[in-house]
Amino acid sequence: MAEFASADALLEATRKARAAGYTEVEAYSPFPIEGLADATGMERNWVPPIVLGGGVVGCVGGYFMQWYSAVVSYPINSGGRPPHSWPEFIPVTFELTVLVAALAGVAGMLLLNGLPRLSHPMFNVREFDLASRNRFFICLRSDDLQFESARNFVRQLEPLGVWEVPA
Amino acid sequence: MSEIDTRLERWGYASVSDKIADIVLARPTHWIWGVGFLVTAAGSAALFGAIVYLFVKGVGIWGIDIPVAWGFAIANFVWWIGIGHAGTFISAILLLLRQKWRTSINRFAEAMTLFAAGIAGLFPILHLGRPWFFYWLVPYPNVMELWPQWRSALVWDIFAISTYLIVSLLFWYLGVVPDLATLRDRATSRVKQVAYGLLALGWRGEARHWARFETVYLLLAGLATPLVVSVHSVVSLDFAIAIVPGYHSTIFPPYFVAGALFSGFAMVLTLAIPMRHFFHLEDFITVRHLELAAKVLLACGWIVAYGYFMETFIAFYSGDPYEIAMVKDRFFGFYGPVYWTVLTCNVLVPQILWWRAARRSVWTLFALSLAVQLGMWLERVMIVVQSMHRDFLPSSWGLFIPTMWDWIILGGSIAFFFFLFLSFLRLMPAISIYEMRKLIREEGVRS
Repeated sequence: MAEFASADALLEATRKARAAGYTEVEAYSPFPIEGLADATGMERNWVPPIVLGGGVVGCVGGYFMQWYSAVVSYPINSGGRPPHSWPEFIPVTFELTVLVAALAGVAGMLLLNGLPRLSHPMFNVREFDLASRNRFFICLRSDDLQFESARNFVRQLEPLGVWEVPA
Repeated sequence: MSEIDTRLERWGYASVSDKIADIVLARPTHWIWGVGFLVTAAGSAALFGAIVYLFVKGVGIWGIDIPVAWGFAIANFVWWIGIGHAGTFISAILLLLRQKWRTSINRFAEAMTLFAAGIAGLFPILHLGRPWFFYWLVPYPNVMELWPQWRSALVWDIFAISTYLIVSLLFWYLGVVPDLATLRDRATSRVKQVAYGLLALGWRGEARHWARFETVYLLLAGLATPLVVSVHSVVSLDFAIAIVPGYHSTIFPPYFVAGALFSGFAMVLTLAIPMRHFFHLEDFITVRHLELAAKVLLACGWIVAYGYFMETFIAFYSGDPYEIAMVKDRFFGFYGPVYWTVLTCNVLVPQILWWRAARRSVWTLFALSLAVQLGMWLERVMIVVQSMHRDFLPSSWGLFIPTMWDWIILGGSIAFFFFLFLSFLRLMPAISIYEMRKLIREEGVRS
């Protein structure tokens, strides 16, 4: 793992690492950096489809619940309106669409990120505390095929420091 | 000078992180904070004491009766939920509009939203005759085989309010996770490390995590945007669906939403001005931020004024004798002074914001924000109480005079709100740290 002082240096280093053939590259920064995820080789961002799915489930499920209760399970005459008085089912359908989509989005994001988790090998490096403050880190993982050469590779990127992450 | 005018030139990633995190971790307590905490804690105790008494004795301890069965409780509910609107508006709509100045104020405005909406949620339960049955509004499998009445605005209300609360909480918590990681990494005591560590969910700022995080944050903003508009619209339907003159009006949804933003932005100013002063955050929340908030306030104020005008105009234009009688009563009846105070606070006084000097004078804005709070609260009281006290039949007319318990619960809810906010300032970063770091980078690139 190597430490850098600026976002651009990290972006540069990540691109170089990918160009040099490393596949298991992780980049850590104290704020989101545009293009960094692509540089690490992120493939598909599944968050939008998950949110859409949640929205569809909330919408259809919410409407079905009201239809089922008002038409099948418990029909009551309310001011002479038909049991299936759909315009009045819209507010609850809308709210449930938003609610389920939001819950699915947050849960999906955490799940895809493998969070929450209590511990991670990265936290064993003391300097990594600064990843949430002002430093930028790149980590080449040991399950990479080229890991043997990783230490020399990161040295030549002129980092502030290089550390080994204990597994 | 940069377009957003946060005075960030002299700040770097590290110093901005330390400055905001240390408000929480190093705790430079100002004695004013201590006094405020004690006073609001006492007020909160009064609120909960009054609630216990209310549950024991019933709603008869309030001034409500027939015809005015909705008194302060519902006015407070509408007022608080309105205040709760600005936070999500700032976070979601201004995010989508790429208004970068929001970064300095979104975090505490979201917290404000949560506290205000949570307090608002108490009132509908408090005003029930049998509050222990409030969950009957929720569809759940029950042995009575009953379902909620989907055609009732009150059922829409519980869905709207609870969705709003949950989505606001998610939005706020999501945004605070990276900052909790900062607190975790900077905390020196073991207890704080463990507490913030658990809350930070193991966040480590990996690039792919950030990418998914930003996507879901943006999507939540997109979802929250129609939600903000829907919440107060649904609340307004509680009134507009009824046939009582003064309630039965199609202008209510937009009029309520504008009023909500109006009181919400006023509360943002009420909170931001002392906060930036006592915690020395003038470089992050600049006079320019306050000025922009003041402009939003002025714009919302005019929509509200349009609402007042149209309500009156339509009453006469309709030719409906009951509507006309209601408006005349609103102007010159028992509650007339309430109406004129509302107009003074919400329409007349905010016009000083046309002057740049007033928009940039911090303590003028503070005083104005308090006037708007008062005006908006009185407006809610006017709508709830004045409309109901004289409906169609003179035989069913009556008055609502608030009792001591009405005032205690109102005052207690205000104290509880500030109690929560003061606690929040010491437990969570009041300004989004990671977004400030991002802003510093973007500003650095530009200059």
